[in-house]
Amino acid sequence: MKYITEYRNPEWVEKYIHKLNQITTQTWTIMEVCGGQTHSLVKNGLLSMLPQKVQMVHGPGCPVCVTPLHLIDKAVYLAQQPNVILCSFGDMLRVPGSQKSLLEAKAQGAEVRILYSPLEAVQLAKENPQKEVVFFAVGFETTAPANALSVLHAQRQGITNYSILASHVLVPPAMEAVMQDETATIQGFLAAGHVCTIMGLSEYEPIVQRYQIPIVVTGFEPVDLLEGIYKVVQQLEQGKAHLENQYSRVVKPEGNPEARKIMAQVFEICDREWRGIGTIPKSGYALRPELALYDADQKFEITLEKAQESSECIAGQVLKGIKKPHQCSQFGKKCTPITPLGAPMVSSEGACAAYYHFAQTKEETESIITQ
Amino acid sequence: MQPKLSMQLQCPMPKLDFEVITLGHGSGGLLTNQLLESGVFNILNNEILAQKHDGAILPITGQIAFTTDSFVISPLFFPNSNIGELAIHGTLNDLAMCGAIPQYLSLSFILEEGLTMEELWEILLAIKVATEKAGIQIVTGDTKVVEKGKGDKIFINTAGIGTLHPKAQISLQRIKPNDAIIISGSIANHGIAIMSVREGLTFETTLQSDTKALHHATKILLDHFGEQIHLLKDPTRGGVAAVLNEVARDAKIGIELHQKYIPIAEQVEGACEILGLDPLYVANEGIFISIVDEKIANDYLELLKSLPEGKEAAIIGKVVEQHPKQVVLNSQIGGKRVVNMPIGEQLPRIC
Repeated sequence: MKYITEYRNPEWVEKYIHKLNQITTQTWTIMEVCGGQTHSLVKNGLLSMLPQKVQMVHGPGCPVCVTPLHLIDKAVYLAQQPNVILCSFGDMLRVPGSQKSLLEAKAQGAEVRILYSPLEAVQLAKENPQKEVVFFAVGFETTAPANALSVLHAQRQGITNYSILASHVLVPPAMEAVMQDETATIQGFLAAGHVCTIMGLSEYEPIVQRYQIPIVVTGFEPVDLLEGIYKVVQQLEQGKAHLENQYSRVVKPEGNPEARKIMAQVFEICDREWRGIGTIPKSGYALRPELALYDADQKFEITLEKAQESSECIAGQVLKGIKKPHQCSQFGKKCTPITPLGAPMVSSEGACAAYYHFAQTKEETESIITQ
Repeated sequence: MQPKLSMQLQCPMPKLDFEVITLGHGSGGLLTNQLLESGVFNILNNEILAQKHDGAILPITGQIAFTTDSFVISPLFFPNSNIGELAIHGTLNDLAMCGAIPQYLSLSFILEEGLTMEELWEILLAIKVATEKAGIQIVTGDTKVVEKGKGDKIFINTAGIGTLHPKAQISLQRIKPNDAIIISGSIANHGIAIMSVREGLTFETTLQSDTKALHHATKILLDHFGEQIHLLKDPTRGGVAAVLNEVARDAKIGIELHQKYIPIAEQVEGACEILGLDPLYVANEGIFISIVDEKIANDYLELLKSLPEGKEAAIIGKVVEQHPKQVVLNSQIGGKRVVNMPIGEQLPRIC
């Protein structure tokens, strides 16, 4: 736990809270982009400690939340095919498709496996040559290298019964989409630390320049988050807009070129649909055409009608930070983690689920915070 | 790696004509008899079982507690224990949490065709050792066999009867504000031990299940503190979070916890980080939570810590009037959050 416990030190937390209180003179609205950061803010009770003038808005960086409905339907469809083993990361399983979730499909007999690494799925394909193994490749730039590597591994070993259903999305285009929304009120970003571990810092400078907005690449532990927030507020109070790297113990300016090389071998940039937001140009990865054999979308004939999202779900506004989860009329009523109307209520990184687990209503949240 | 129980106890498996369980072993005929005589009856032998009635006739007077539990764990064998021992401890502990002293257990197996006799033998031996250590008897039971694919090797059901401790007055209604919440040991050991076997994770030392019988400890605590113990609960499925949420909801009280006092082994905490799990929601099989009058809290803790079951015990929080039906955690760093009832199985996060 070394290099983690130090960043959970209550004295340092107190120090940063004190410093934040000292420098904050007006209300600032800051978006933490990554779902992992949202999860940590909530799990550690940090939201209850921040100065009231520092408003955190939870961004679109939860891969589970932004995976579009029709891709989940596709995954469910594939899982239900008699010769398919569908593999997925754990928290995708509960996300509702238009008819059912992968968890429900599993209960009805579909072969669905929870894995920690796509390389396990390649192994599974090797061990089950009579079956088709499909990995539901979800995630941002963080999970893309391992998913790409799984395709290369399969190719090198001549494994032909392995494919991925790619739903990869990219962070910078989503941040731009947030800034381009006329109703958005974001004044600073905490960029996603682990994404930058792969991609480096260079992608963010143009966003800083274009929108004159401070961006601080930030980690996930309480002291990381507070330091990141402090750096953003400091810039805002001084009227500055720079790119800073709070997470320098992990993020190098150049990122991880080796990982990017592997990604480039397997993926190319494509337009992607984001659940609740819509299609964002050049915001995702698709498999290169020469690797079509490993692309589940092309390998299997999937004829599904494109389902419509629930009209009651305001996930798009929540993901862009225009509305807070408890401002939704269905929050905690029709929409709960047991009966989610939209994906942000499912993943523990999703803003709605995070709020639900923190407190069911705004009043309750406030009563607990202000006790 | 520990040697098998059959090696440690020098209890070699009886010579049988079969190596695996088949449907015939559940037929009630000769094969069933052979399995029961050479296995169950011999190994779990006691006077009541030896009478071979359709049921057990028991000499009990006074108030009794009665409970039942089923065990379907996979894998069957895990570090420090197996499904057999778990099936005994689980029911003993449910009785202990009622303030009872366990006396008699029933034991039923649902076996899947193909289970090896060697596996069944190991499980039976673990049951034998657990009952002897606990000082209780298995007095009735049943064995059924299902076709291959209709079970998961072995399912076990145990039911148990215990006599109520004369001083026990354990009930949700007796919980009141300022009662202390005391945990008897470090959390999440069992769930993480199981998970690491399932996921093939290895650590510097093997993470072990904490399964143990708790009734010796609860009896001593009841002897000393009697009615000042308001509630006992073992946080099995759903972990500490689920149990305390049930208590808060059913007793209509608030619960305040302090993360920094909740004991957890560093390795278990690390494994939870890797697996993306919250240890508060992970299952335990060898610890219990006591809700006791604030006046006795420190003495209770001192006695509990002197017992082998409570070496790592700690006061982790208290009952409050605020936020009724909710469990609120003061985080390590001084923040607050609600610890909700878990929704279903905890699913590992993507990143």
